[in-house]
Amino acid sequence: MSEITLDTLMPGDLARITKVRVKGPARRKLFDMGMVAGSEVELIRKAPLGDPLEFRIKGYNLSIRKDEAKQIFVHLIE
Amino acid sequence: MENKKIRVALAGNPNVGKTTLFNAITGSRQHVGNWPGVTVEKKSGMRIYKGYEIEIIDLPGTYSLTAYSMDEIVARDFIIEEKPDIVIQIVDASNLERNLYLTTQLMELETEMIIALNMCDLALERGDKLYLDKMEEILAAPVVRTVASKDIGINELLDKVIEEKNNEQYHGHEIGYGDEIEAMILEIEKILTEDPELADRYPLRWMSIRLLEGDANVHDKVSRSLISKEIDNLLDSIDQEEYEADIADKRYVAINAIFPQLCTRCDVKLSKSDMIDRVLTNKYLGIPIFLALMWGAFELTFAFATPFMDMIEMAFTWLASNVAGSLQPEWLASLIGDGIIGGVGAVLTFVPNIFILFFLLSLLEGSGYLSRAAFIMDRLMYKIGMHGKSFIPMLMGFGCNVPAIMATRSIEDEKDRLITILVVPFVSCGARLPIYVLFAGTFFGRQAGTVVFMMYVLGIAVAVISAKFLRSTVVRGRPSPFIMEMPPYRVPTLKTSLVHMWDNGAMYIRKAGTIILFGVVVIWLLASFPWGIEYGSEGSYVGMIGHFFEPVMEPLGFDWKVTVSLIFGFVAKEIVVASMGVLYGVGDNQEALTQNLIADPAITALSSLSLMVFSLLYMPCIATLGVIKKETGSWKWTLFALMYGIIVAWIIAFIVYQGGKLLGY
Repeated sequence: MSEITLDTLMPGDLARITKVRVKGPARRKLFDMGMVAGSEVELIRKAPLGDPLEFRIKGYNLSIRKDEAKQIFVHLIE
Repeated sequence: MENKKIRVALAGNPNVGKTTLFNAITGSRQHVGNWPGVTVEKKSGMRIYKGYEIEIIDLPGTYSLTAYSMDEIVARDFIIEEKPDIVIQIVDASNLERNLYLTTQLMELETEMIIALNMCDLALERGDKLYLDKMEEILAAPVVRTVASKDIGINELLDKVIEEKNNEQYHGHEIGYGDEIEAMILEIEKILTEDPELADRYPLRWMSIRLLEGDANVHDKVSRSLISKEIDNLLDSIDQEEYEADIADKRYVAINAIFPQLCTRCDVKLSKSDMIDRVLTNKYLGIPIFLALMWGAFELTFAFATPFMDMIEMAFTWLASNVAGSLQPEWLASLIGDGIIGGVGAVLTFVPNIFILFFLLSLLEGSGYLSRAAFIMDRLMYKIGMHGKSFIPMLMGFGCNVPAIMATRSIEDEKDRLITILVVPFVSCGARLPIYVLFAGTFFGRQAGTVVFMMYVLGIAVAVISAKFLRSTVVRGRPSPFIMEMPPYRVPTLKTSLVHMWDNGAMYIRKAGTIILFGVVVIWLLASFPWGIEYGSEGSYVGMIGHFFEPVMEPLGFDWKVTVSLIFGFVAKEIVVASMGVLYGVGDNQEALTQNLIADPAITALSSLSLMVFSLLYMPCIATLGVIKKETGSWKWTLFALMYGIIVAWIIAFIVYQGGKLLGY
């Protein structure tokens, strides 16, 4: 299983978070919103201009920018 | 006599129906203001129930209490410093997992808690099974089912509040963080107990956990104590970032362990919301639909409000002239007529705008679309150093800057919000159009339309460049991260929207109104004195100021007359045109004014262009300054907005005028 970053998912892809490397206040906010190692995330859609991305996590929808998504590492779930 | 007062704080995630529940409990008996020292809204209300006086304080909606935003600091400071008798956490039954995260943090604050399981109807409809008994047992707190939008469960909730108040015994439950972290927590607790003042004031376990998570706000509370050195030594020895991740992780692990016992639910299929979003945030349809909705909102706010605004203006003009006619001596008639009645009129003219805007914003927010709007526009706004949420206020600015600046309230991050407030005044509002129409029409003939359009483009360009400039100078830093819940679409409740509209309208009149009135009276004084001169003429103080500033304004192509009308434009920009009429002695006669302008050698096509540029940019009108003061809560930033506008306007008008001259115009 290879490790990829969250921004490379395609709509409909399901993945499990392995590591959150985001720094600064965004780190804590992401944790608070459920973006912790072990959580399952699904990419629902991209915004019309390609950024931000909308995910389904912990039973609700959360959107974040690619800048942050690039620093979140995941494994794809088949 | 037993004490019959109970103080209750409402806590909960955003979008869980907190405001609706607050309105359902308190009815219309509520007070809206700001939390001391910050611009976060504070609402409180009273309810008499079964002989108890229950005070409800609505805390800002937060996902967590980790001091990420001002909202979170305000919410938790209220709970730990003010110690309300009971905290009600409103939990969205259809989104239990994430809502429980806040529950785990509230438990650590060691406060008496009741859980209001809201929107049960939605969860049950979806097929979820909720086990309330189990929930009460595991969370060690009473759980009440509510559907706030239908007034269901409100009395049961209040009954529980009274029951809990009379039940002295505190029962709490806390989650464990595993051996390593627990050992650290104990060690910090031990150090904290050495300072009895701290230990008395704050829950020790909570403080220790927060310190481990690297909470700067809690660290400040400790730094004044003698034990701060000891704490710092300990914290330096660990990898705090790792601890931060571990603690958040353990909270979710704990939630994962209890969650299946509280609720079993069907697989979450593609919900109605997702279906709607397939259209509303569609790659191709998303932006056109957004623009159409915004156009609709804009039209409603400004076109719909115009007849009401005209009526208010007419009523005040009538009042002013009738009062002026019947009063003696003349100066008193003028003070009351032109000064005070004119000033009150200036304040009230904006009321229809503001009421409609806040009603619509509340509908957009309540329906869930406001988050989508930010989602759709964020890419564009981020590129210019702003947040997706800044788009709607900037757009509203084309109608009127006053409601636009009030609309920035939906931006949580203080810096993002400040930048938006500072650049909105460059967006060309409706009141500036008469100035362009007069001068472009007089001097540019068939090119008039293009010139007016260029003014709008210039306004946007200056706003964008200013945002970039401010980001790299006075309001340093990057736009706040876009980490936003896309809440499910819901039908907004009319009551909530009406209350929201009323609160904000009333707040505008109270807070901004006084500043606007004061400014209008000052301008009146300057235009009416020294004793005996004609209102606003060359001999008045305004005229003198115009003459005084003539040398500064001359490089822009302005004489004293133009300078004076610009000073009047401070009251409201459309007044520039009216005061030109007065100064040329032609009153309201537009045609005569046009003739006079063409005949005046001091005004050329080039200087009129420079004048349009200057009018567009030079300073927020007094009403806008009033709301800037109110929304930033700072005279410093209000003054900054004023001076920044004047300087930018002067520089660009200078370039236009001198550049034009060099090119031979």
